Amino acid sequence: MMNNPRRGKLLAITAVACLGLAAAACSSSNTSSSGGSSSAPSAAAAPVEIVVDTFGGGSNFGYKNAIEKWNASHTDIKIKEDHRTDQFEQEFWPQMIQQLQAGAGAGDVVGIDEGGMGLAAAHPEWWTDLSKYGLAGREGDYPAYKWGGGKTADGMLFGLGTDIGGMSVCYRSDLFKKAGLPTNRDEVAALWPTWDDFLKIGAQFQAKVKDTKFVDGTNTLYNVVLVQEAAKNGNVMYFDKSNQLIVDKNPAVKTAFDFATKLTQQNLTAKMRNFTPEWSTGTQKGAFAVLGCPSWMLGVVSGNAGDGGKGKWDVANVPGDGGNWGGSWLAVPAQTKHPAEAAKVADYLTSTEVEASIFKDFGNMPSNSKSLADPSVQSATNPFFSDAPIGQIFAKSAAALQPVYLGIKHAQVKNAIESVVQGIDDRSIPFDTSWQKLVDDAVKAAG
Amino acid sequence: MSLHLESEPAARVGPPRRGRHGTPSQGRSFRSWFDLRAMPYALVSPYFLLFAAFGLFPLAFTLYYSLFKYDLTGTVEWTGLGNYTKLLADSDFWNAVVNTVAMFAIATVPQLLLALFLANALNKRIRGRLFIRMGVLLPLVTSVVAVAVVFTQLYGRDWGLINWILSHFGVEKIDWRAERIPSWIAISTMVDWRWTGYNAIIFLAGMQTIPKDLYEAAAIDGASRRRQFWQITLPMLRPTLIFVTLISTIGGLTLFAEPTTFYNGNVEGGSVHQFQTVAMFIVKEGFREFNYGYAAAAAWLLFLLILIGALINFLFVRRIGGSK
Repeated sequence: MMNNPRRGKLLAITAVACLGLAAAACSSSNTSSSGGSSSAPSAAAAPVEIVVDTFGGGSNFGYKNAIEKWNASHTDIKIKEDHRTDQFEQEFWPQMIQQLQAGAGAGDVVGIDEGGMGLAAAHPEWWTDLSKYGLAGREGDYPAYKWGGGKTADGMLFGLGTDIGGMSVCYRSDLFKKAGLPTNRDEVAALWPTWDDFLKIGAQFQAKVKDTKFVDGTNTLYNVVLVQEAAKNGNVMYFDKSNQLIVDKNPAVKTAFDFATKLTQQNLTAKMRNFTPEWSTGTQKGAFAVLGCPSWMLGVVSGNAGDGGKGKWDVANVPGDGGNWGGSWLAVPAQTKHPAEAAKVADYLTSTEVEASIFKDFGNMPSNSKSLADPSVQSATNPFFSDAPIGQIFAKSAAALQPVYLGIKHAQVKNAIESVVQGIDDRSIPFDTSWQKLVDDAVKAAG
Repeated sequence: MSLHLESEPAARVGPPRRGRHGTPSQGRSFRSWFDLRAMPYALVSPYFLLFAAFGLFPLAFTLYYSLFKYDLTGTVEWTGLGNYTKLLADSDFWNAVVNTVAMFAIATVPQLLLALFLANALNKRIRGRLFIRMGVLLPLVTSVVAVAVVFTQLYGRDWGLINWILSHFGVEKIDWRAERIPSWIAISTMVDWRWTGYNAIIFLAGMQTIPKDLYEAAAIDGASRRRQFWQITLPMLRPTLIFVTLISTIGGLTLFAEPTTFYNGNVEGGSVHQFQTVAMFIVKEGFREFNYGYAAAAAWLLFLLILIGALINFLFVRRIGGSK
């Protein structure tokens, strides 16, 4: 081996340079993070961007117009909506939990569905105390249960209510006409005072119309019946108020599951799971004629169906009356660099005017009682749904609304149960063992 | 040649060689020691440092936490081998193992056979050889997710192209995501579409290292093309076969992106986990349900499964073409 000292020196320099590069790569993260924090105070001059994380199909939270309006009139704070995904339990919430726990990655304001609020309330360290930013005074705007839902176990205010579910049925009046059924929304509501009547109408519809199924799938109506029944059974669903799993004991779950089973046994479903791409396409292509519709679902349907669906859809009273499915809150994570600005944005997006205008534009029913009482909300109609008087339809159910207790692990259990409800629809679970599977999977998910 | 010319005057002009023997310079002897002994290690160290940070450390960390009941939103609690015993009794885990192994078999066996056949064809003198060889590799440059999204639409139950074509042959609508075996087939086609060409090119490279005179000698002896393939190509290709089989085993048993995208990015893999793979099971337990310890244990069992799978395949392939 030729030992050339000059080459040796060159190699040594190269090696040192390589190691130096590696070291620089390691240390660069430190410098950039310190640079980031030092630039934060000086950023006061430039507008602060507040990112609002949302979820849901179609027009989801309905913030489009409200954000445009804010950004047009504010120079100090700009709002940016980050709509992450359609799906809450399986996509949005697990990702959000990781980011909240890690202390990085979440937006400045985040939307939380009712199914996540139990866990959120159990983790005060994740959130900014909104009462520090003068929002305790909003208490008068809300019914007691919605206000209380935004507090942690030790009473810290972390969430402001956005919408509530309410309940109705969306239906395709053009397809009802084809099936020889009445199309007027009052007459349609009169067809189905009970869920048994609903099944009978479904059979009539299906006998006349072959290429369109009566309902979307098992899950949407399972949830509608479940929330109605939960209100009759002590306002609990999968967990009792001491967080014990009661899936096998709560008659509400069994009743709703039996109804879902009947729907699919009588071949009334298009076998589509809600909030999937096929389901969105199905809404657009008219794969089904009826859908359980909490108020926020109106925006999902109109968003999925597009302009082609305008005037074909209508809204009628739900069989069995009332029920509340869904509804969300806005919270400010503790990790935000701009808690004051974020609190302002959360305050604005849940304000009386904004919640009222979202209802008129998209259909999400306000949880803010002042918005609900607003005459323009009471008299609101929805042009997409054949000018249905949604103000009247939903205000009725809002008055009777009762909060259902959901529990800390609600999201996981709901996810497991809805898989089974889907499984009976796609026939991968036999009917005779399906209830046992539902209970077993729920127990497993509750851990 | 130029190197030779340079090094010779350098040796003649400077007296370094004599100086080293003459003066006992500590610094210089350290440098020469460093140059000879340590430099090779220093030069390969960046790879090993990165491997330690991103390979070894996570591996050890996973092993450590697989011994705990570790809930992201709760506490960390020692369970010893509790996670492993629980996993071995978990029907969902075994379901994922069956799915993974089945999809691996359905995807890999035809894939490697087809790749071998393609490589053999590409190894012949044909027009536009380079173009065709490049074309075979083309699916590899598309992103996995893009492939999966397109295939997912093709396999749609209501509006998918494949069901539409099948309907012309009187086949009823197949629910590709609800029926177990159709779902496996659908996912296997995605895998094959992307990887067959890649394996064919590797096989082709292996075939080109086989000396031509072997074939000439065989031809003179009157061996048919087919006989040449079985008696010369396949045995000579054995090292390549072993490599390709190992890589395919690892890839097949860690299958994740295709089946996940097939169910809209959901790691459940169907309403009753019809096509949930072990990798999806790990992500579900770890990042949907936040049972980190349980997911870590499942990851180690997957590692074992891959070791076993790779070993079986290695022993199997080693026998190909007779023993030497």
